[in-house]
Amino acid sequence: MIEEYDPREGRMLSLLDEEGELARLPAGMPRLTDEQALAAYKTMVLARQADEWALNLNRQGRMPTYALNKGQEANSIGALLALRPDDWFVPAFRELGGMLTRGISLAQWYLYWYGNESANHMPRDTFRTMPISVPVGSQPLHAVGIAWAERYQGTDRVAIAFTGEGGTSEGEFHEACNLAGVWKAGVIFFVQNNWWSISLPWSRQSASATAAEKGFAYGFPGIRVDGNDLFAVYAATALAAERARSGKGPTLIEGLTYRLGAHTTSDDPTKYRTEAEVKAWEPRDPLLRLERYLVKAKKLAPEEIGRLREQSLACAQGAFEEAERAPDPGLEDTFRWHFVEMPDLLARQLERRKA
Amino acid sequence: MKVLTLIEAVTDALRLEMASDRSVVVFGEDVGVEGGVFRATSGLQKDFGAERCFDTPVSESGIVGAAVGMAVAGLKPVVEIQFSGFAFPAFNQIVSHVARIRNRTRGALTAPMVIRMPYGGGIRAPEHHSESVEAFFGHVPGLKVVIPSTPHDAKGLLIAAIRDPDPVIYLEPSRAYRAVRQEVPEEPYTIDIGTARVEAQGEDLTLVSYGAQMIEARQARAVLAAEGRSVELIDLRTIFPFDARTVVESVRKTGRLLVVHEGPQSFGVAAELMATVMEQAFDRLEAPPARLAGPDVIYPMPRGEKHYLIGAESVCAEARKVMSYEP
Repeated sequence: MIEEYDPREGRMLSLLDEEGELARLPAGMPRLTDEQALAAYKTMVLARQADEWALNLNRQGRMPTYALNKGQEANSIGALLALRPDDWFVPAFRELGGMLTRGISLAQWYLYWYGNESANHMPRDTFRTMPISVPVGSQPLHAVGIAWAERYQGTDRVAIAFTGEGGTSEGEFHEACNLAGVWKAGVIFFVQNNWWSISLPWSRQSASATAAEKGFAYGFPGIRVDGNDLFAVYAATALAAERARSGKGPTLIEGLTYRLGAHTTSDDPTKYRTEAEVKAWEPRDPLLRLERYLVKAKKLAPEEIGRLREQSLACAQGAFEEAERAPDPGLEDTFRWHFVEMPDLLARQLERRKA
Repeated sequence: MKVLTLIEAVTDALRLEMASDRSVVVFGEDVGVEGGVFRATSGLQKDFGAERCFDTPVSESGIVGAAVGMAVAGLKPVVEIQFSGFAFPAFNQIVSHVARIRNRTRGALTAPMVIRMPYGGGIRAPEHHSESVEAFFGHVPGLKVVIPSTPHDAKGLLIAAIRDPDPVIYLEPSRAYRAVRQEVPEEPYTIDIGTARVEAQGEDLTLVSYGAQMIEARQARAVLAAEGRSVELIDLRTIFPFDARTVVESVRKTGRLLVVHEGPQSFGVAAELMATVMEQAFDRLEAPPARLAGPDVIYPMPRGEKHYLIGAESVCAEARKVMSYEP
C-alpha cells in the first residue's frame, strides 16, 4: 500500500484536510480511532502550550536555549501512536509530541532543556527511548543497530529514528539507510521535513525533489505524507511498522510540515524568511485541522478548547517549576557516570576539585 | 598451554568469548568470509555462522553507529576497523556517542562494545595504513584504550575488553602481529584494563613503552644489561586509564624516566607520563623525565618509513643519556 504513494510520481499521502474533513480511507489503511485522535489533540495542545511557555521562560532568562516544536507536532505524535510501547524511539530533538505520547513527562523534557543530564535517564517502562541526539543525522544508525539486535534476540520490535530534512545531507544518514537496506533492518526512518534547516531551505538542502524518494536508492520504499495530517502520519507509520515487523525491511517516511517558530530561541528567522511565508502555513497547522475534525465529529465541544489550552498552560507552568526544583548535578555526577568503576585517574581529579 | 602469535591470540580470545556468550557479535569489513585482512577473525564465520560474524559494506561510521545501537539493545558488538587510519570516518560516532551514552543517560543506556583496529607502522603499507591513533582516543573522556604487545596480554586484554561494560578501543600493533610467539593458556582469562606490566625489574632507569615499540625497548634493555646497566622495563598496556601508580612507583625507585613511543611526540602519551611523574615523583627525580617519540610528521610512505621508526640503538643512546645525566 505504501508503494501506491510513490513520491517520484509526485504523490503524497493526505487524509485530513485543513478544514478538518477526513477522506474515506482506502481499504486496509490503518485508521486512528476518534478516541485516539482526541487524546492526540490534547497531547498536541499540551506540546504547543509547553513550547509557548518555554519561549516565555527563555525571554525571562529562566530557560536556556530551547528548540520549538510549533507546527510539527503531528509528525511525532502520529508516528508514536502507530508503534508499540516496547518499540524503540530514537529522536532527533524536535519530537516533544512523540515523547509525551510515549509517556515521558513534560517536566522531564523541560529538565533536559534546562540543562540536566538526568533528564536523559528514561523511566524503567520507557527505557527503549534514546536520548535527544544533538549531532545532526547521527542517530539513524543507532536505530539500525537496535533493530538488528532485536531480530537477533528473537523479537519483532521495531525502531523509529527521526531526523530533520537537514539530517539527510549528513553522511551518517546515508550510511544508516545503506546498512538498513542491506540488512533489511526493521527500522522506520522518519524525516521531519519542516522546510528550514535553521536558515537553509529544503530547495538548497538537496537537489532531490523529496526526501522520501531517497529510500529507493537504498532498496526500500519512501513515502511522503502531509506531516500536518495526524491521520496520514499515523497510517504511514503503521504501515511502515508492519513492514519492519514482518521482515520486509525499512521504510523512509517524509512528514512534510513547516517550522512555524524559530529554529531555537537563539534564532531570528526574520533574517532569512518572510512573515508572509509563515502566514501562508498557519492555516495548515496540524492542531487547527485536528480541532476542526474533532468538533465536527462531536468529540470536542468548542467551549472545551479554551479550557484545554488553559489547563495545558497550567500544566506547563507546573512542569517547569518541577524541573527548576530538581537538584542540579553534583560535582560527583560530573565524574561518576563515565565508567562503571571510576578509574584512579578520574578519582584523583575529582579529589583535587573537591579540595 | 599453546604457542600463539599476537594475531592468533586475538582470534583465540574472540573465539572463546563468542562460544560462551551469544550476545557477542563480530562484524566489520572482510571479517566474515575472508576472516579479516590480517586473519584476525579467521574461522569465526565458519564456526559460529554468518549471523554472529559477518561482513559489512564499506562504512566505518555505519559499523560503529550500528554497534552503538546493538550495544544499547543488549548485545556486545566487537567490531573491526580495518586499519586505524580508517577510524576517522567513525570519529563522530566514537566521540559523540560511544564515549558518551553512559554519561548522557546517567547509566540508563550503555555501550558495552569493543572497536578493534590494527595500528602503527613498520609494515611498509600504503598511506593511511600506519597511523598511531592512541592519543586521539586517549583524549576522549568515556573511552578505554588498550594496546597489548604480547600474545599473552593480547588474549587477556581482549577478553577483558569484551567483558567490560564500557566501550574499549583495542589497538593491535600490526608489526607485532606475527613477530612474537608466546605460550598462552588455553582457557579464557582476563588481564585488568588499567594495569601496566613490569616486564623486567631494574634500578637505573624506568623505560616505559607499549605496542610494537616494546620490541625495540626489549632489545635496548638487553643491550644495556650487557653494559652493566639495570633498566626497569614497563609495558604500559592501557593508554586510558593508564597505570600511573606503577610508573610512578618505578620512577620513585630508579629516579629516571624514558618513555618511548612510535606515535607523534606532541600531545602524546609520553608527554602525559612525564607530566604525571613530575607531579608525583619530582622529589625523587635524578634527571629530567625524557621521551623518544615519533616526529610530528605525517607517517611516510614505505620508501621513507626508515626515517620515522625508532630503532633499538636510538633507544639505547637516549637511555644512556638519561642514565648519565648530572645536573
